Amino acid sequence: MIVVINYAVGNVKSVCNAFEHIGCEVKLSRNASDIEHSSGLVLPGVAAFGYAMNALGDLADLLKKVVRQGKPILGICVGYQLLFEQSCEHGDNKGLGFISGKVIKLPDGLTIPHMGWNSVELPQNMELFKGIGENKHFYFAHSYYSQTTDSQAKFAYTDYGFKLPAAVQKSNVYGTQFHPEKSGPSGLAVLKNFQKICENY
Amino acid sequence: MLAKRIIPCLDVKDNRVVKGVNFLNLRDAGDPVELGSRYSDEGADELVFLDITATIRSRKTIIDMVEKVAENVFIPFTVGGGIRGIEDFDVLLKSGAEKVSVNTAAVDNPNLLSQAANKFGNQCVVLAIDARRSKSRTGHWQVCVKAGTEPTDIDVVEWAVKAEKLGAGEILLTSMDADGTKAGYDNQLNKAVSSAVNIPVIASGGAGKLEHLYDAIAEGGADAVLMASITHFEECGIHQMKEYLAAHGIPMNL
Repeated sequence: MIVVINYAVGNVKSVCNAFEHIGCEVKLSRNASDIEHSSGLVLPGVAAFGYAMNALGDLADLLKKVVRQGKPILGICVGYQLLFEQSCEHGDNKGLGFISGKVIKLPDGLTIPHMGWNSVELPQNMELFKGIGENKHFYFAHSYYSQTTDSQAKFAYTDYGFKLPAAVQKSNVYGTQFHPEKSGPSGLAVLKNFQKICENY
Repeated sequence: MLAKRIIPCLDVKDNRVVKGVNFLNLRDAGDPVELGSRYSDEGADELVFLDITATIRSRKTIIDMVEKVAENVFIPFTVGGGIRGIEDFDVLLKSGAEKVSVNTAAVDNPNLLSQAANKFGNQCVVLAIDARRSKSRTGHWQVCVKAGTEPTDIDVVEWAVKAEKLGAGEILLTSMDADGTKAGYDNQLNKAVSSAVNIPVIASGGAGKLEHLYDAIAEGGADAVLMASITHFEECGIHQMKEYLAAHGIPMNL
């Protein structure tokens, strides 16, 4: 069973709905035992970075532990950003640090938030994108983005006036800056791939 | 490249869609969930649901509808109409809406925009502006509230700029003059607002032909086009709109 971490306000329900729609058993929870016994974890995107880390509280240490043990985790939107070391959204805040790099504001001169459907080049060596095609549109809604220095991580990119990281994979750590649960059939296919990853764990 | 968006708007009253629909093959043409799914399948990039009764009693019905839509539709959708305070944002987002649009309550209390943005992120805060051309000041528009029935002295462009600073993540801009005319969007208005802010602008009001969609994007600088009544486009569905725009060089998610 996949556990969607229930850690804050906002629209966490849509992620659960999308997993249920593809026939995946899913539970919204912040219970330590649920997290430890899950086949995989989803960190949904809610609120601002600092607010989200704060809301995770003690769960952060538990997440670090189970992810170190190899449990798959998928971060979505702000959940994706939390996978990095730090963010400068509303002051400096530390993230979970699974991936080296930081989260910074989108450059001036662009329409911010980056909101809507943007096309993502899908590297065929990233498990999340297996069998989906080479290029698909996904729904983005964010004002900050990840800048990375991690040579062990694989990235997929979109074009927003510059090469913007759209998804990441580093061993059992996965993340999408876009919202797969709001990206129609292509997004559901990404969640289906994550379901398979968890089944094999 | 970021695609421009096509956004059908569904006016909802007593859990029925009361405007904007004319599909022949539907079992129940007035069911918001069924219509939302249908539009999504047809290629809509987003949906907007407007609670046009917006009474305290209707709130519960809308929340039930939002929950059902979120269980069946996997594209983003905005809910608006009768938003009074931060607790309306909370319950609608928790029920599965991606964004909440607010007009009158934000005019009455602009800090609502900051409160909502700080708590939920500005990407889910949509400021709806009903704009009417000013009779006394050429080239200006005045903000109307209470479903367009009540004009204010507030200048639309100034309000848009202020709202962005406060935390609005998007502007849903309806021209009261163009609405219902099918004569095209008010692209002077769209341009005036889209060039004054850095957040996305959704053009609304006046769509009747495919060219109008193109003009709103190319001339008006809109990031998205909303149509309150798809019946205006009886011969062509959403997919054809997107193909038309793509053929004219507009980036679309086909």
